[in-house]
Amino acid sequence: MSDLPRTIHETRQWLRSGQITSVELTEAYLERIQQVEPQVHAYLHVAADAALAQARLADERRAAGEDTPLLGVPLAIKDVINVLGMPATAASRILEGFMPPYEATVAHKLREQGAVFLGKANTDEFAMGWSTENSAYGATHNPWALDRTPGGSSGGPAAAVAAGEAPAALGTDTGGSVRQPASWTNTVGMRPTYGRVSRYGVIAFASSLDQVGPITRDVRDNAILLEAIAGHDPHDGTTFPDPVPPYSQMLEGGVKGLRLGLPREYLTEDMHPGVREATQEAVRVLRDLGAVVEEASLPYTDYGMPVYYLIATAEASANLARYDGVRYGYSAGAADLQENYKLTRGRGFGPEVKRRILLGAYALSAGYYDAYYLKAQKVRTLIRADFDAAFQRFDALVAPVAPIPPFRIGEAPTDPVALYLLDVLTLPSALAGAPGISVPAGFVEEDGEQLPVGIQFIGRPLDEATLYRIASAFERATGYGERAPTDAAM
Amino acid sequence: MPTYEVVIGLEVHAELITQSKMFCACSADFFGAPPNTHVCPVCLAMPGALPVINREAVAQTIRAGLALNCTIAEDVRFERKNYTYPDLPKGYQITQYELPQAVNGWLEIDTPDGSKRIRITRAHLEEDTGKLVHENGVSLVDYNRAGVPLLEIVSEPDMRSIDEVNEYLTRLRQLLIYIGASTGDLEKGAMRMEANVSLRPAGSQELGTKVEIKNLNSFRAVRNALAYEIARQEKVLREGGQVEQVTLGWLEHEGRTYVQRTKEEAHDYRYFPEPDLPPLHIDRAWVEELAAGLPELPRARRQRFVEQYGLSRKDADILTAERAVADYFDALVAAVGDAMPPKKVANWVMGDLFRLVNESGLPISGIPVTPAKFAELLKLLAAKTINANTASQVLKTMFRTGEDAGAIVEREGLAQVSDEAALERLVDRLLAEHPDEVARYRAGKTQLFGWFVGQVMRETRGKANPGVVKKLLEGRLAEHGQDE
Repeated sequence: MSDLPRTIHETRQWLRSGQITSVELTEAYLERIQQVEPQVHAYLHVAADAALAQARLADERRAAGEDTPLLGVPLAIKDVINVLGMPATAASRILEGFMPPYEATVAHKLREQGAVFLGKANTDEFAMGWSTENSAYGATHNPWALDRTPGGSSGGPAAAVAAGEAPAALGTDTGGSVRQPASWTNTVGMRPTYGRVSRYGVIAFASSLDQVGPITRDVRDNAILLEAIAGHDPHDGTTFPDPVPPYSQMLEGGVKGLRLGLPREYLTEDMHPGVREATQEAVRVLRDLGAVVEEASLPYTDYGMPVYYLIATAEASANLARYDGVRYGYSAGAADLQENYKLTRGRGFGPEVKRRILLGAYALSAGYYDAYYLKAQKVRTLIRADFDAAFQRFDALVAPVAPIPPFRIGEAPTDPVALYLLDVLTLPSALAGAPGISVPAGFVEEDGEQLPVGIQFIGRPLDEATLYRIASAFERATGYGERAPTDAAM
Repeated sequence: MPTYEVVIGLEVHAELITQSKMFCACSADFFGAPPNTHVCPVCLAMPGALPVINREAVAQTIRAGLALNCTIAEDVRFERKNYTYPDLPKGYQITQYELPQAVNGWLEIDTPDGSKRIRITRAHLEEDTGKLVHENGVSLVDYNRAGVPLLEIVSEPDMRSIDEVNEYLTRLRQLLIYIGASTGDLEKGAMRMEANVSLRPAGSQELGTKVEIKNLNSFRAVRNALAYEIARQEKVLREGGQVEQVTLGWLEHEGRTYVQRTKEEAHDYRYFPEPDLPPLHIDRAWVEELAAGLPELPRARRQRFVEQYGLSRKDADILTAERAVADYFDALVAAVGDAMPPKKVANWVMGDLFRLVNESGLPISGIPVTPAKFAELLKLLAAKTINANTASQVLKTMFRTGEDAGAIVEREGLAQVSDEAALERLVDRLLAEHPDEVARYRAGKTQLFGWFVGQVMRETRGKANPGVVKKLLEGRLAEHGQDE
């Protein structure tokens, strides 16, 4: 670990100066993966040969005079993002061995810019979960405390970055799936504005909510990676045409004079005291840096959870209808069509996916549509209005990410509703389409284990730049993100 | 015994003419292509694929809506219609449901009692499905058609007879072809129909229980299925029974309907707005541009042919049935100018020209006899340079060789003989050679007149000016009579 550059921007210096080649760097990461994977299980697929081929190409491009931020930089990609030459399973049995015939726009952009794909990282099945425990191929372990979850659904990417198995990764955030694992692994995770990054080639969970976001070791890396993947895509009608600002050059400036709102609804009673303290400490730091932090209110916060679980599941119930065993992926091979549908989907999907398909189909069905789906859409508008109103007063919001630190694998709340409450702090902003970034904010001690805690900044749609500026100032003032888990733990 | 009134509404699906499919770049011109060659991740519903709206298909829908006198919606939304079938790759069809592109229009048809407006409830855009092929005991799926843009036109239950249905379908097809929205090629499946039909006692204002008949792929199938279904419902009602609300299929070969599903088995399609596609805002200026680009529609054109050209409505109808024919006729009349009245031009088109076109199998736009060339021929006829008989022969040659009329007439020496002196000599000679016939004619057998004309024509190989011949013969035959 210590003999490798920590971040993407450091890596670029090393590559530029010839201190290391992309091939050497990739080999080192592959070695590291081999060393810690048995304990962490961050990857579902490690693409050693393809990665080395990409690295060789990057070295050639550099030798030819190219020098872009991601040229020769290895990355981990969440396994819901299609990458050519690698399986795309969404951690589901129903896509076991599926090789996508095309590449996601984000992956293609990174490939063009010379990035190297180390492999596909673990996730909850179809990104539905909080812990990667819903992966059909086994849970990922938190590098900070191996008996615990790294969070989810982008637990694989987050753990890979935390464990030094990749300098940075791409995850996806539907209701908190980038920010929550980032906060639980001491990494930086950005959920961009809905429509800022293309979803083309990203296996859909909930179309009106899914966004790809970078998980990195520091804020600068995150800005570099978002810059590389953001922008309008003619293949995705929901992307914004607005030009992408040079985020990585907009990190300075500090927070002096910025007005930050602390939503009172987000400091819930059942919040872990360590999380509460970390939040209060973060507010102190921000005030010391010159920010004006005042109480904000998002009155419809409590409705975020039910609204999210109606809309996201309704969309998922349709999005997952294509997995029918007819064209690709797992097929039970029954002679009768109806029988084959039942067996394929019955065996191919895990219990959480089935639960959500059923919930979503129910919310859309005749006689219930108005009471559930339509009502949820109306309340979603009110939630969005909450944020609009808050952003009249504040430049950004500051809030905890998850109400508790990472739980032990197998000890997730058993009641689905209690479990669904785990992302109450990340759901409303996702429903509003607003961007949010999770940054390391310290550690809480539980049973002798140091567990990372994050803080999130939520911004106006398309104002990722302000979030990066705040996050960068906070990071420089605190330095929590520089801490890495000890190898002894792995 | 009560008499029953038939109430029929139609849903017509028409494949739109576009370069690419509705939501991806695959070519929409798939007919006859090997299975699964016009496919991509989007229309195969590969994981992660997203639809993007084909502006051309939206334009075609708006054009059709305008031609059907519909209100064009400014805010349109696509929705997902969820159901499971192997020919539907995504497990849902993207369609317009609550906010369709065009609403509240009408199509005018002819009935024995005059014109009648069939109201159009809506015309909306959706995507076609793939196709199942059953072969050697297995079922195969061809996704070439999946995602091809489809226009669904829903009528109000305004038709009262099978004849009206047939007329509606004919006029609708004609309209869609006219505006270039659809090929209307039924044999290639470019139009597919569903009918709903109910009966009610004559004079009643209430609608009876309707039955839906699906999968009707030809106008004949529509007629036959409706005839069968009307007879069936009438029998049920006469026997005091009740018609059940069902969805039927039509077995063309067996000539009967069968129950596909009952009311209880009706699908719940769980429609909801398509989150992958932003709502569509239709710019007024764009609609106006599309309206301005529409051609003269068949009914208006027919009316103009009657008023401007003095044609009968029947002839005008024939000449406007196809846009290419009407275009040809307009161009021909313009080129002929004052030389010949349009009514006579029409007879030439509907007679000799149509015969040649039909025999050749060519589209009228592709025949060698262009309107300009045909006009030249008709002018020669009008100027009496050639007679009608010769014109007919020359047209055949023109059709075969593509030559100009003048060139053929000159080369083959077909110019009409109007030289009275020459014809006079010929008539005199003929009368001298046939004294018996002359005698019989003068004895009262005046029908022989035609025979004398025929003889002159034979001698001149049809080139003699019939008017001159007639005049000379009448004169000479009478003269001789006075002599004796």
